[in-house]
Amino acid sequence: MVPLFYNARSLWARRLSTGLTVLGLGLVVFVFSAVLMLANGIESALAAGGDPANAVILRKGATSELVSGVERDAVRILATDPAVASGQQGEPLVAGELVVLVALPRGEQAMNTTARGVEPESFTARPEVRLISGRRPRPGTNEVALGRALVGSSPDATLGGELRFAQQRWPVVGVFEAGAGAFESELWADATRLGGAFNRPGYSSALVRLRSAEDMAAFEKRVEADPRFTLEAKPEPTYWAEQASGLATFIRVLGLFVSFVFSLGAVLGAMITMYAQVATRIAELGMLRAVGFRRRSVLASVVAESLMLGAAGGLLGALGALTTRWLHVRTLNFQTFSEVSFGFTPTPGILLGALLFGTMMGLIGGLLPALRAARLSILDALRA
Amino acid sequence: MSLEAVPAPPPMVRLEGVSKTYRRGTVEVPVLEAVDLAIDPGAFVAFMGPSGSGKSTLLNLISGLDQPTTGIVEVAGRNLAELNDRELSDWRAAHVGFVFQLYNLIPVLTAAENVELPLLLTPLSRAERRKHVAAALDVVGLSHRVGHRPPQMSGGEQQRVAIARAIVTDPDLIIADEPTGDLDRKAAEAVLDLFGVLHHDLHKTLVMVTHDPHAAERAERVHHLEKGVLQ
Repeated sequence: MVPLFYNARSLWARRLSTGLTVLGLGLVVFVFSAVLMLANGIESALAAGGDPANAVILRKGATSELVSGVERDAVRILATDPAVASGQQGEPLVAGELVVLVALPRGEQAMNTTARGVEPESFTARPEVRLISGRRPRPGTNEVALGRALVGSSPDATLGGELRFAQQRWPVVGVFEAGAGAFESELWADATRLGGAFNRPGYSSALVRLRSAEDMAAFEKRVEADPRFTLEAKPEPTYWAEQASGLATFIRVLGLFVSFVFSLGAVLGAMITMYAQVATRIAELGMLRAVGFRRRSVLASVVAESLMLGAAGGLLGALGALTTRWLHVRTLNFQTFSEVSFGFTPTPGILLGALLFGTMMGLIGGLLPALRAARLSILDALRA
Repeated sequence: MSLEAVPAPPPMVRLEGVSKTYRRGTVEVPVLEAVDLAIDPGAFVAFMGPSGSGKSTLLNLISGLDQPTTGIVEVAGRNLAELNDRELSDWRAAHVGFVFQLYNLIPVLTAAENVELPLLLTPLSRAERRKHVAAALDVVGLSHRVGHRPPQMSGGEQQRVAIARAIVTDPDLIIADEPTGDLDRKAAEAVLDLFGVLHHDLHKTLVMVTHDPHAAERAERVHHLEKGVLQ
């Protein structure tokens, strides 16, 4: 086996072309891993905060709260279910919630924002929603609390500011966080006041907190079978994962396609570099063959060298992608027609995948030059 | 008391009816014709002749880098035509040391690492390899240049490193193709002195191709080649 430090030093000896190739590979790996981190961030943002003991009740067949409707009577009936948890005063932890889109100004344009009409139990049933400044909106008023991702997204979207939509004024009295979940991109107001402003007497959904997540399956069956309404229940994490899947899949597929196209260029770059490495070292390779190294040793040596290039590119790209974890992006979730804020969320799997992707590009780029090196005639190589 | 004749040792190199023809397009170019030759173990043989006379081709056949068109090439009792590419590689690693005109050292490796290369094909441990490398560099008088890389050395020193690489595995046969062709007179003398040590003190079989009559004088026997025919 030809020693690996021979390859490492040969790459270092031609560090300009090596560096440029690693940079090219690294950029592709950066796009690849950033896209996966982005898709993961969307899923985390939308799916986070879902509590497995919480059930979301929607009209049967509705794919999101926006296209769902739940009668007020149905919410009262749901509150009588034996599996429903109780609050500190013994009240059933069931909240009717109304979801509408409001247009908040941003520059000269408007952004669609999800406004959630809530009841006091909405906060109690979701312990992950915590006020980080101000207070909760008082029931029966137009007061709103902002998810922290909304703060600053519109001129008046700050604590103490006053939003205007549905021809009414909505003072901001609190800012909350929700474990980086989708609620952080929402504004919460009193359900009845919001329903009045939008002429919506019913709710979009109901939130039911069960005594235990283990009661969920039986509860889902009871809701499904109840002849008094045509509703369905699903665990809150399942609901949010479904909301995330469309956008995350779209970004993932588009991003991977772009990465694939870019990778062709990077593989060509690696191939050109490795062909140049072989071409400038033909006499060395001929000597190695003459003194007894077999064809496969020379092949393995050139492949190992291109793997080094690829691994270095993978590492560079993965490290570059890691720096994006402090960035946040807002985009429209076309399943809910509202903007959602999310970050680039790395996982060990994505970073490992990035390294493998870079190494794989190096391998593919090095195969043909390695074959050429292994097939060299010793006499021709020694004369080079 | 009876006197029995001691049988002569088999030759290290035996060529019988060896010819070599290269094909250039549709034209066949004969390079060697019906060469018969025997080189004894421990001999120092030089081949001379004008360019294109077939000297290097003969060397390539003896060292297993090329195969004859017809005839038998036997080295250390082994008919090289019986070996495939992989077996020839292993055979060269075990039996042949090479000294090239342009040294063919790897510039990114140190002198010691260059010398160690053929030992990587042996089962020796790292410590044993280091011992062999040190001994080989000592023979060529370059113990003080162990950590230097070829670009930091003179041509003569580089060729001595190449000689250390050729002897480090203790091969049966050392092949030298124009070993002094790229050196000044003083460096060439040092290299030829070293060949003298390998021949006289270490009893190595040396086969050298050279244009230089002064270099050829150091050999025990000089063969002349003219248009592919051994004179």
